Amino acid sequence: MTADPFLSLRNIYKTFGSFTALSQINLDIARGEFICFLGPSGCGKTTLLRIIAGLETQSSGTLTQGGRDISRLPPAERDYGIVFQSYALFPNLTVAANVAYGLVNRKTPRAQVEARVSELVKLVRLPGSEGKYPSQLSGGQQQRIALARALATSPGLLLLDEPLSALDALERVRLRQEIRALQQKLGITTIMVTHDQEEALSIADRIVVMNHGVIEQVGTALEVYREPATPFVADFVGKVNVLPGRLEGEHLHVGSFRLPARERVDTARDVKIYLRPEDVLARPAVSGAGFAADDPHMFEAVIEKIEFLGSFCHVHVRSDAFHPHRLIVYLSLNFLSEQSLAVDSPLRLRLMPERMRVF
Amino acid sequence: MEASLSLAAAPVRQKTHWTERIAHVVLAGIALVLLCFLAMPLAAILVKSVQGKDGELVWFAHFIDYARTPSLFSSLWNSIWVSGLVTLITVPLAFIFAYALHRSCMPFKKLLRGITLIPLLAPSLLSAISLIYWFGNQGVLKSLLQALGFDQIYGAVGIVFAECFATFPHALMILVTALTLADARLYEAADALGTSKLRKFFTVTLPGAKYGIISAALVTFTLVITDFGIPKVIGGSFNVLATDVFKLVIGQQDFAKGAVVAILLLCPAVLTFAVDHFVSRKQTAMLTARAVPFRPRPSRGFDALMTGYCVFIAIMMLAMLGMAIFASFATFWPYNLTPSLKHYIYGLIDNEVAEGFVNSLKMAFGTATFGTAMVFLGAYLLAKTKGASWVRTPVRLLAMLPMAVPGLVLGLGYIFFFNAPENPLNGLYHTITLLTLCTIVHFYTTGHLTASTALKSLDDEFEAVGASLKVPWYKTFFRVTLPICSPALVDIARYFFVNAMTTISAVVFLYSPETKVASIAILNMDEAGEISPAAAMAVLIAATCAVGTLLFSALGWWVDRRAQAWRTSSR
Repeated sequence: MTADPFLSLRNIYKTFGSFTALSQINLDIARGEFICFLGPSGCGKTTLLRIIAGLETQSSGTLTQGGRDISRLPPAERDYGIVFQSYALFPNLTVAANVAYGLVNRKTPRAQVEARVSELVKLVRLPGSEGKYPSQLSGGQQQRIALARALATSPGLLLLDEPLSALDALERVRLRQEIRALQQKLGITTIMVTHDQEEALSIADRIVVMNHGVIEQVGTALEVYREPATPFVADFVGKVNVLPGRLEGEHLHVGSFRLPARERVDTARDVKIYLRPEDVLARPAVSGAGFAADDPHMFEAVIEKIEFLGSFCHVHVRSDAFHPHRLIVYLSLNFLSEQSLAVDSPLRLRLMPERMRVF
Repeated sequence: MEASLSLAAAPVRQKTHWTERIAHVVLAGIALVLLCFLAMPLAAILVKSVQGKDGELVWFAHFIDYARTPSLFSSLWNSIWVSGLVTLITVPLAFIFAYALHRSCMPFKKLLRGITLIPLLAPSLLSAISLIYWFGNQGVLKSLLQALGFDQIYGAVGIVFAECFATFPHALMILVTALTLADARLYEAADALGTSKLRKFFTVTLPGAKYGIISAALVTFTLVITDFGIPKVIGGSFNVLATDVFKLVIGQQDFAKGAVVAILLLCPAVLTFAVDHFVSRKQTAMLTARAVPFRPRPSRGFDALMTGYCVFIAIMMLAMLGMAIFASFATFWPYNLTPSLKHYIYGLIDNEVAEGFVNSLKMAFGTATFGTAMVFLGAYLLAKTKGASWVRTPVRLLAMLPMAVPGLVLGLGYIFFFNAPENPLNGLYHTITLLTLCTIVHFYTTGHLTASTALKSLDDEFEAVGASLKVPWYKTFFRVTLPICSPALVDIARYFFVNAMTTISAVVFLYSPETKVASIAILNMDEAGEISPAAAMAVLIAATCAVGTLLFSALGWWVDRRAQAWRTSSR
């Protein structure tokens, strides 16, 4: 992307015996970027993070960080701070001693260490906890201290290995926002491994979606969501309707619709169409304020099931247009109640062909 | 193209940081110690068993020779049936005791359990000496023995009786662990289905403890078949393998045949080790994280019955120790029973065996200090550092091997290996240093397992965090790992101390008059007919071990209290 990336991975492979954990990983990360490695468990995201940390060694490939080849350097000679899912705080040391752990070794004067510790503890919003032991803190507080410890030596790179997975739902959301705010404040290049797509979408500058040891797509949250590069990404990130279709000449056939294809195909083939629930629009069935009557993308449907999610609902609908396939549509609770829609209510819907992804 | 090229190339190897090199050197050092003081001596036995007088290869000639010696062959049979009989008696007795401890609401559980541990504090032959006082030629209850139809205590009867006492705590420990693993939910399910008590015992309890019972039986069998002290003291003319080894090697200097018998002794121990290894894997799989620990409910009749049984066993244990104490203070058994310190003063000090006691203390402290350091460092480096994989597998195997090697066999290997004039380590022979090293190696495995278990409970990422903060492993080791593992460290040190004080089997081949230790002195005094001073020495050892255990417990308590600041609040 940029001419001079901060961290760059070239052709990283990792095999365990006959199992290929990572294959042909190429990635450039700019200084100050917040990157998320996203993927299901076993996709190789944690292995890749550990290779960047030097805790595992790639089978082949090179890594450069800040212009320095770090491919073969042991962890102690690399420049990063790391936070693990398990916090890995030293239980027999106080919060202050934990945070100062990397500072003491650098022969920093004592007063300076103390000043830095209190600065960091304030930074992670736990002032006054210096004298406590990790077991006296909650999970979220412990993870904040682990973060402070990793940041203490002002590393050039911050690695976060599923830092929020062990926390409860509320704490998870709160801490992820704090991590993002902190990262922007310090401008530190950060890589976070997560299997939680919402987490990745909400805080990353760019998301690296991984599956079966390969990178499926690299892009901003919006790119990954709106323009998934592969069926896997479309399926893994967000909810999606998968419909069978057929590309023939200049047309895309899906259900009873015949839509213009993006480009002409010479030989007809069956395709799968990925359509997000929110990309099917709903308009009041009765009142006139809706779609033009001759809108070619409009179709009639009947509500089969309403899955309540809070302010929005997943509404399962059936329609002659797509028989026998069902569609899931994303509708606000307010819309449903204003229109007094319930199971078996008829509904007028409109496809957004430009949002369809064809694979 | 590029990709396929890089795949074909040799895998990338990380450079080694200099601090990691220190770890590798230390680990290699531990490997070297285990090689010189475990692997090589054992190899020496194998070599000796197939070598002729002039060092030529004679294949199995010695084995065939052995099989043709009827007297030796009868010792083999004696060893087997005596060990089998002891196993058949001890394991059920210990099982009922363990069952009472875990499944009944009897009072004084801790006290009763503590009393059964007494045999561990003294050399196994203490029970043999006590038996002589109870049932020997001048014994108090000799008539009772004869009423039971036994001619005299010397021989198989005495061995079986004494071994039952000596092995009881070992069997009990294993069985208690096995019963502790029970999952209360199984009993709740059985209750919900209206299962009778007896049926619950046979369908839930016994299958659950199955592996523990197998393991306890094998351990008991091996302990008996490889024990040297008891048959020596009370065996009379009843020969077993262990006493044969001693006679062949020390008496007749027939090293080749000694090696053959040593290999025979190695067989049951190796078998036990293999089965135990298999069994322990099965057993851990049984207890899932969700299991609910069993809580017994009071039941008057059952609890009373169990209490009665356990009190009886405890009284027997106390009678064994008590008789040794009583006899050691009796002025002249059995004619003048007024208590005096005669045997302690004249018997021990004037016989110059007091020196042996000092030697024992030196050896015990040496073993506890250096053994604990070596075992813990070895376990740590294996578990928490990376690289130098060529040295890891050997160390891992050698750390487990001592469990499968009886002390007698190890001691014999030491003679063959260190007594050879061409060995540069020959100078160590007969020294306290070698005795200490031998004891460390002899009891290495239990210490190693304790340390490994403690280390396993630590977060594996501590070292990774340390490295990312550029703190070398040894600083993290001293600042974090060691303080957290200090309770385990105290346990290991106590184990080494007690075993070094009481061990006989390995060191019996290795001492010189200057380096004789207390447990060997008992054996020598008994041989010389000075049984009262022998009893005094055995009591002295038991008292030392008791005091040592108390001191270690105090240390453990102190360590625990210091750790409380960061530990208890987590619960």
